[in-house]
Amino acid sequence: MTIKLEDIYKIAPHHRFQWEKAQDCYVILFPEGMVKLNGGAGEVLNLVDGNHSVEKITEELVKKFPDANGIDKDIIGMIEMALEKAWIEKTN
Amino acid sequence: MAEKNNGVSSNTTTTQPLWLLAEITYQCPLQCAFCYNPTDFDKHTQNELDTESWIKVLRESRELGAAQLGISGGEPLLRKDIEEIVTEASSLGYYSNLITSGAGMNEKRIDALKDGGLDHIQLSMHDITEEINNFITNTKTFKLKQKIAAMIKDRGYPMVLNVVLHRYNIDHIKEILEMAEGLGADYIELANTQYYGWSLVNRDQLMPKKEQVLHAEKVTNEFRERIGNKMKIFFVVPDYFEDRPKKCMNGWGEVFMIITANGDVLPCHSARVIPNLEFPNVRNTDVKQIWYDSPAFNKFRGTDWMKEPCRSCSEKENDLGGCRCQAMLLAGDAESADPVCSKSPNRHLIDQAIKDTENPGLEAKPIMFRSNKNSKKISEGEEKERLAKFHALP
Repeated sequence: MTIKLEDIYKIAPHHRFQWEKAQDCYVILFPEGMVKLNGGAGEVLNLVDGNHSVEKITEELVKKFPDANGIDKDIIGMIEMALEKAWIEKTN
Repeated sequence: MAEKNNGVSSNTTTTQPLWLLAEITYQCPLQCAFCYNPTDFDKHTQNELDTESWIKVLRESRELGAAQLGISGGEPLLRKDIEEIVTEASSLGYYSNLITSGAGMNEKRIDALKDGGLDHIQLSMHDITEEINNFITNTKTFKLKQKIAAMIKDRGYPMVLNVVLHRYNIDHIKEILEMAEGLGADYIELANTQYYGWSLVNRDQLMPKKEQVLHAEKVTNEFRERIGNKMKIFFVVPDYFEDRPKKCMNGWGEVFMIITANGDVLPCHSARVIPNLEFPNVRNTDVKQIWYDSPAFNKFRGTDWMKEPCRSCSEKENDLGGCRCQAMLLAGDAESADPVCSKSPNRHLIDQAIKDTENPGLEAKPIMFRSNKNSKKISEGEEKERLAKFHALP
């Protein structure tokens, strides 16, 4: 599935995304599983909230990390991966 | 993306417990012949932790990093305070899972659990036939399970079915998968019996033949290909039929912690079979101290404890020598290689068990069901002859 800039995603049912203090990272929790997310992936999923479009997510992260070059591709890649793993789903 | 915990050497760890299993009671109305609970559970049924103690240890474990919580038993629903415990777990941020046979569940309780924030329910199922279900559990629970499965689905929980596979149901694998699909299961765990506790006592009666296992694996793979993402299928590998051991618990004291009904804390389900290990108890030690400093949790961390052939094995990091309890139970030495490994000098024990499946002598030795009465018998040493070939069973 190709990701479009106007797409809006949210965390899939039966999954929970949260900050883990002890691990110092975001995680995604689901039946029988827990995945620790690295910094970038965590920042992206934190904005996958059913409100931000892919375009909006990119805008915000570019603003937050102005020195990171070409992160828009990484963001799309991350969303593709999360979609493939069924951690997130499309709302629009 | 999943991070690996590197740099662990013996007696120190930088890892945190991520998974907490609360074995909240050893009482259970079912009497499953394959139960991994200790055969002498009868000794541990007194003195269960009270609600307040559970809440305290949930808090301590959460602070340490535990995020996945399994509430299990025995049958956890026999406790009247599961709703209260779930509510607390949810507010602490656990992803909580009730692991149940279905006995004790009703409309009122399933709603209260949902309100309390329970994330999912794992229901044990046994077969497509009422006959095998009732036989292996020694109870009339077939219809109950169908009813509870529908209730779980109706309330919008993710439904995880757990089916323990053994010689009586493994040939029904296709029908079992179809049943799960029909019930709308999101996940199904096909757990080939692992031989600990009651399942070890009943190993001759439960263990399938190799061709049965291969057939089940083939059918599962075909089904998985057809169904795709709609239902996730975990096939828990039957380690006896492999030539390398499993990386048991993902390593001793690495990510997993079990708190038992009486407050003992164990690195794995059957760790009590290892002699001369004193397991810490939450009544007198806090969870942090238990995880980092207790001799029991440090005993088999890393690789420094290993003997040959593990010590010099190029694959030692892959499986960490396999399962310590299996090494103890079958070879009589918890520091030896898991006998499943083809490099183990004790592999012949596994090969013999596989050979025995051709002629298991089922009638001569009836199944010993997991009942209080049988547990008492075992505790009192009445079944010595039957248990003689295994080490460390009471």
